[in-house]
Amino acid sequence: MRALASLFCGFIFGWGLFISGMIRPDKVLGFLDVLAIPSGNWDPSLAVVMAAALAVTGLGYALARRRAPLFEAQNQWPTQTVIDRPLVVGSALFGMGWGLVGLCPGPAIENLATLSPPVIIFVVAMAAGMVAYRLWEARAAASAERALATATATDG
Amino acid sequence: MANFTPISAAIGGALIGLAAVMLMRLNGRIAGITGIFAGLIEAQSTDWSWRATFVVGLVAAPLSAALIGYTVPIPQMPPSLAMIAVAGLLVGFGTRLSNGCTSGHGVCGIARLSPRSIIATGIFMAAAVIVVALTRHVVGG
Repeated sequence: MRALASLFCGFIFGWGLFISGMIRPDKVLGFLDVLAIPSGNWDPSLAVVMAAALAVTGLGYALARRRAPLFEAQNQWPTQTVIDRPLVVGSALFGMGWGLVGLCPGPAIENLATLSPPVIIFVVAMAAGMVAYRLWEARAAASAERALATATATDG
Repeated sequence: MANFTPISAAIGGALIGLAAVMLMRLNGRIAGITGIFAGLIEAQSTDWSWRATFVVGLVAAPLSAALIGYTVPIPQMPPSLAMIAVAGLLVGFGTRLSNGCTSGHGVCGIARLSPRSIIATGIFMAAAVIVVALTRHVVGG
Protein backbone atom coordinates (compact mmCIF):
# COMPACT_ATOMS: atom_id res chain seq x y z
CA MET A 1 0.00 0.00 0.00
CA ARG A 2 2.84 2.38 0.87
CA ALA A 3 4.44 1.81 -2.50
CA LEU A 4 1.15 2.37 -4.31
CA ALA A 5 0.46 5.54 -2.31
CA SER A 6 3.85 7.04 -3.14
CA LEU A 7 3.47 6.05 -6.80
CA PHE A 8 0.32 8.19 -6.83
CA CYS A 9 2.03 11.06 -4.96
CA GLY A 10 4.99 11.01 -7.35
CA PHE A 11 2.59 11.05 -10.27
CA ILE A 12 0.68 14.10 -8.94
CA PHE A 13 3.98 15.82 -8.09
CA GLY A 14 5.18 15.18 -11.64
CA TRP A 15 1.97 16.60 -13.11
CA GLY A 16 2.46 19.68 -10.94
CA LEU A 17 5.96 20.23 -12.31
CA PHE A 18 4.72 19.57 -15.83
CA ILE A 19 1.67 21.86 -15.80
CA SER A 20 3.54 24.66 -14.06
CA GLY A 21 6.29 24.51 -16.69
CA MET A 22 8.93 23.92 -14.00
CA ILE A 23 9.98 20.74 -15.82
CA ARG A 24 11.50 23.09 -18.46
CA PRO A 25 14.98 24.39 -17.63
CA ASP A 26 14.50 27.40 -19.94
CA LYS A 27 11.46 28.50 -17.93
CA VAL A 28 13.29 28.11 -14.62
CA LEU A 29 16.25 30.12 -15.97
CA GLY A 30 13.74 32.74 -17.15
CA PHE A 31 12.84 33.25 -13.48
CA LEU A 32 16.42 33.19 -12.20
CA ASP A 33 17.44 35.81 -14.78
CA VAL A 34 16.52 38.85 -12.68
CA LEU A 35 18.62 41.13 -14.88
CA ALA A 36 15.87 40.64 -17.48
CA ILE A 37 13.42 42.58 -15.28
CA PRO A 38 14.16 46.01 -16.84
CA SER A 39 13.68 44.70 -20.38
CA GLY A 40 10.34 43.10 -19.46
CA ASN A 41 11.52 39.57 -20.32
CA TRP A 42 11.60 38.26 -16.76
CA ASP A 43 9.29 35.29 -16.02
CA PRO A 44 7.95 35.38 -12.43
CA SER A 45 6.09 32.04 -12.83
CA LEU A 46 8.37 30.12 -10.44
CA ALA A 47 7.41 32.50 -7.62
CA VAL A 48 3.72 31.76 -8.25
CA VAL A 49 4.43 28.00 -8.29
CA MET A 50 6.19 28.25 -4.93
CA ALA A 51 3.50 30.47 -3.43
CA ALA A 52 0.72 28.05 -4.46
CA ALA A 53 2.70 24.99 -3.35
CA LEU A 54 3.49 26.64 0.00
CA ALA A 55 -0.13 27.67 0.61
CA VAL A 56 -1.39 24.11 0.07
CA THR A 57 1.51 22.41 1.89
CA GLY A 58 1.42 24.85 4.82
CA LEU A 59 -2.28 24.27 5.39
CA GLY A 60 -2.08 20.52 4.78
CA TYR A 61 0.92 20.04 7.08
CA ALA A 62 -0.80 22.04 9.84
CA LEU A 63 -3.71 19.59 9.65
CA ALA A 64 -1.38 16.56 9.30
CA ARG A 65 0.51 17.48 12.51
CA ARG A 66 -2.22 16.14 14.72
CA ARG A 67 -2.81 12.79 13.09
CA ALA A 68 -0.88 9.65 12.24
CA PRO A 69 -0.44 8.72 8.57
CA LEU A 70 -2.53 5.96 7.05
CA PHE A 71 0.19 3.49 6.07
CA GLU A 72 2.94 4.24 8.62
CA ALA A 73 3.12 4.30 12.43
CA GLN A 74 3.89 8.01 12.63
CA ASN A 75 4.85 11.08 10.62
CA GLN A 76 8.59 11.40 10.06
CA TRP A 77 9.15 15.15 10.42
CA PRO A 78 12.72 16.40 10.00
CA THR A 79 14.40 16.99 13.36
CA GLN A 80 17.47 19.08 12.51
CA THR A 81 17.28 22.72 13.57
CA VAL A 82 20.90 23.93 13.64
CA ILE A 83 22.01 26.29 10.89
CA ASP A 84 25.51 24.98 10.25
CA ARG A 85 28.23 25.16 7.63
CA PRO A 86 27.14 22.10 5.61
CA LEU A 87 23.69 23.68 5.18
CA VAL A 88 25.14 26.96 3.94
CA VAL A 89 27.91 25.52 1.73
CA GLY A 90 25.68 22.75 0.34
CA SER A 91 22.93 25.21 -0.58
CA ALA A 92 25.44 27.47 -2.33
CA LEU A 93 26.90 24.56 -4.35
CA PHE A 94 23.42 23.35 -5.28
CA GLY A 95 22.38 26.85 -6.35
CA MET A 96 25.45 27.15 -8.59
CA GLY A 97 24.64 23.88 -10.37
CA TRP A 98 20.97 24.83 -10.64
CA GLY A 99 21.87 28.18 -12.20
CA LEU A 100 24.23 26.57 -14.74
CA VAL A 101 21.59 24.33 -16.31
CA GLY A 102 18.20 25.18 -14.80
CA LEU A 103 17.54 21.69 -13.47
CA CYS A 104 17.02 20.75 -9.85
CA PRO A 105 16.60 17.07 -8.81
CA GLY A 106 12.81 16.73 -9.37
CA PRO A 107 12.60 18.09 -12.92
CA ALA A 108 15.93 16.41 -13.80
CA ILE A 109 14.59 12.95 -12.90
CA GLU A 110 11.20 13.65 -14.46
CA ASN A 111 12.87 14.70 -17.73
CA LEU A 112 14.40 11.22 -18.01
CA ALA A 113 11.02 10.46 -19.61
CA THR A 114 12.21 12.35 -22.70
CA LEU A 115 15.30 10.09 -23.01
CA SER A 116 17.28 13.23 -23.86
CA PRO A 117 21.03 12.32 -23.67
CA PRO A 118 22.10 15.60 -21.97
CA VAL A 119 19.45 14.99 -19.29
CA ILE A 120 20.72 11.45 -18.73
CA ILE A 121 24.26 12.82 -18.36
CA PHE A 122 22.99 15.39 -15.84
CA VAL A 123 21.16 12.77 -13.74
CA VAL A 124 24.14 10.36 -13.79
CA ALA A 125 26.43 13.22 -12.69
CA MET A 126 23.92 14.18 -9.99
CA ALA A 127 23.84 10.59 -8.70
CA ALA A 128 27.66 10.55 -8.78
CA GLY A 129 27.68 13.77 -6.74
CA MET A 130 25.42 12.13 -4.15
CA VAL A 131 27.63 9.03 -3.96
CA ALA A 132 30.71 11.28 -3.72
CA TYR A 133 29.08 13.05 -0.79
CA ARG A 134 28.45 9.73 0.95
CA LEU A 135 32.10 8.65 0.49
CA TRP A 136 33.39 12.05 1.61
CA GLU A 137 31.13 11.99 4.66
CA ALA A 138 32.29 8.47 5.62
CA ARG A 139 35.95 9.55 5.31
CA ALA A 140 35.35 12.70 7.34
CA ALA A 141 33.65 10.64 10.05
CA ALA A 142 36.51 8.12 10.10
CA SER A 143 39.19 10.80 10.39
CA ALA A 144 37.25 12.54 13.17
CA GLU A 145 37.15 9.22 15.00
CA ARG A 146 40.90 8.75 14.50
CA ALA A 147 41.55 12.27 15.79
CA LEU A 148 39.44 11.54 18.83
CA ALA A 149 41.23 8.23 19.41
CA THR A 150 44.62 9.94 19.12
CA ALA A 151 43.53 12.68 21.50
CA THR A 152 42.25 10.12 23.99
CA ALA A 153 45.49 8.13 23.70
CA THR A 154 47.58 11.25 24.28
CA ASP A 155 45.47 12.23 27.25
CA GLY A 156 45.78 8.96 28.61
CA MET B 1 6.54 39.75 -19.01
CA ALA B 2 5.56 37.88 -22.13
CA ASN B 3 6.57 34.50 -20.69
CA PHE B 4 4.61 34.82 -17.44
CA THR B 5 2.07 31.98 -17.03
CA PRO B 6 0.39 32.66 -13.67
CA ILE B 7 -2.63 30.35 -14.08
CA SER B 8 -0.75 27.19 -15.01
CA ALA B 9 1.89 28.10 -12.42
CA ALA B 10 -0.75 28.33 -9.67
CA ILE B 11 -2.44 25.06 -10.71
CA GLY B 12 0.88 23.23 -11.00
CA GLY B 13 2.09 24.64 -7.69
CA ALA B 14 -1.12 23.55 -5.96
CA LEU B 15 -0.65 20.02 -7.35
CA ILE B 16 2.92 19.92 -6.01
CA GLY B 17 1.57 21.00 -2.61
CA LEU B 18 -1.20 18.40 -2.80
CA ALA B 19 1.34 15.65 -3.54
CA ALA B 20 3.50 16.78 -0.59
CA VAL B 21 0.52 16.76 1.79
CA MET B 22 -0.69 13.37 0.53
CA LEU B 23 2.74 11.78 0.98
CA MET B 24 2.72 12.96 4.60
CA ARG B 25 -0.87 11.86 5.29
CA LEU B 26 -0.43 8.47 3.60
CA ASN B 27 3.20 7.50 4.27
CA GLY B 28 4.30 10.06 6.86
CA ARG B 29 7.15 11.25 4.64
CA ILE B 30 8.53 14.59 3.46
CA ALA B 31 8.30 14.99 -0.32
CA GLY B 32 11.94 15.91 -0.79
CA ILE B 33 13.19 14.59 -4.11
CA THR B 34 16.84 14.67 -3.01
CA GLY B 35 16.17 12.53 0.04
CA ILE B 36 13.90 10.14 -1.84
CA PHE B 37 16.34 9.68 -4.74
CA ALA B 38 19.47 9.51 -2.56
CA GLY B 39 17.89 6.78 -0.44
CA LEU B 40 17.29 4.89 -3.63
CA ILE B 41 20.82 4.99 -5.03
CA GLU B 42 22.39 4.44 -1.63
CA ALA B 43 20.31 1.24 -1.43
CA GLN B 44 18.91 1.22 2.07
CA SER B 45 17.08 -2.01 1.50
CA THR B 46 14.37 -1.55 4.14
CA ASP B 47 12.44 1.35 2.58
CA TRP B 48 13.47 1.03 -1.04
CA SER B 49 10.08 0.30 -2.59
CA TRP B 50 8.14 3.50 -1.79
CA ARG B 51 11.08 5.59 -3.03
CA ALA B 52 11.26 3.65 -6.26
CA THR B 53 7.53 3.94 -6.94
CA PHE B 54 7.60 7.69 -6.21
CA VAL B 55 10.29 8.13 -8.87
CA VAL B 56 8.32 5.91 -11.28
CA GLY B 57 5.25 8.11 -10.71
CA LEU B 58 7.33 11.24 -11.33
CA VAL B 59 8.62 9.92 -14.67
CA ALA B 60 5.19 8.54 -15.61
CA ALA B 61 3.57 11.98 -15.35
CA PRO B 62 4.96 13.50 -18.58
CA LEU B 63 4.52 10.16 -20.35
CA SER B 64 0.81 10.16 -19.46
CA ALA B 65 0.61 13.82 -20.52
CA ALA B 66 2.04 12.87 -23.93
CA LEU B 67 -0.48 10.02 -24.18
CA ILE B 68 -3.44 12.37 -23.80
CA GLY B 69 -2.12 14.80 -26.37
CA TYR B 70 0.13 17.27 -24.53
CA THR B 71 3.45 18.19 -26.07
CA VAL B 72 6.31 17.24 -23.79
CA PRO B 73 9.24 19.39 -24.93
CA ILE B 74 12.78 18.03 -25.08
CA PRO B 75 14.52 20.15 -22.42
CA GLN B 76 16.83 22.90 -23.65
CA MET B 77 20.26 22.11 -22.26
CA PRO B 78 23.56 23.96 -22.62
CA PRO B 79 25.70 22.67 -25.52
CA SER B 80 28.68 21.84 -23.30
CA LEU B 81 28.41 18.30 -21.91
CA ALA B 82 31.25 19.09 -19.50
CA MET B 83 29.24 21.98 -18.10
CA ILE B 84 26.19 19.72 -17.73
CA ALA B 85 28.28 17.14 -15.87
CA VAL B 86 29.77 19.77 -13.54
CA ALA B 87 26.29 21.18 -12.86
CA GLY B 88 24.97 17.68 -12.09
CA LEU B 89 27.84 17.00 -9.68
CA LEU B 90 27.25 20.34 -7.91
CA VAL B 91 23.52 19.65 -7.61
CA GLY B 92 24.05 16.09 -6.32
CA PHE B 93 26.81 16.92 -3.82
CA GLY B 94 25.27 20.22 -2.71
CA THR B 95 21.77 18.90 -2.08
CA ARG B 96 23.15 16.00 -0.02
CA LEU B 97 25.43 18.28 2.00
CA SER B 98 22.57 20.69 2.77
CA ASN B 99 20.05 17.84 3.07
CA GLY B 100 17.46 19.10 0.61
CA CYS B 101 16.64 20.81 -2.65
CA THR B 102 13.85 22.94 -4.07
CA SER B 103 11.18 20.46 -2.93
CA GLY B 104 12.55 19.41 0.48
CA HIS B 105 13.74 22.84 1.64
CA GLY B 106 11.89 25.18 -0.74
CA VAL B 107 8.42 23.70 -0.41
CA CYS B 108 8.18 21.19 2.46
CA GLY B 109 10.66 22.97 4.74
CA ILE B 110 9.36 26.50 4.32
CA ALA B 111 5.81 25.18 4.72
CA ARG B 112 6.89 23.97 8.18
CA LEU B 113 8.49 27.41 8.76
CA SER B 114 11.82 25.66 9.36
CA PRO B 115 14.58 28.30 9.77
CA ARG B 116 17.10 25.88 8.19
CA SER B 117 14.99 25.56 5.07
CA ILE B 118 14.31 29.30 4.81
CA ILE B 119 18.08 29.97 4.99
CA ALA B 120 18.88 27.15 2.53
CA THR B 121 16.30 28.37 0.00
CA GLY B 122 17.54 31.95 0.25
CA ILE B 123 21.12 30.79 -0.37
CA PHE B 124 20.46 28.45 -3.30
CA MET B 125 18.16 30.99 -4.96
CA ALA B 126 20.79 33.73 -4.55
CA ALA B 127 23.59 31.49 -5.84
CA ALA B 128 21.52 30.48 -8.87
CA VAL B 129 20.56 34.10 -9.64
CA ILE B 130 24.24 35.12 -9.50
CA VAL B 131 25.32 32.25 -11.77
CA VAL B 132 22.60 33.06 -14.31
CA ALA B 133 23.52 36.74 -14.24
CA LEU B 134 27.18 35.84 -14.90
CA THR B 135 26.54 33.25 -17.63
CA ARG B 136 23.88 35.24 -19.47
CA HIS B 137 25.00 38.82 -19.09
CA VAL B 138 28.72 38.84 -18.32
CA VAL B 139 30.33 35.80 -19.96
CA GLY B 140 27.94 34.62 -22.65
CA GLY B 141 26.03 37.82 -23.40
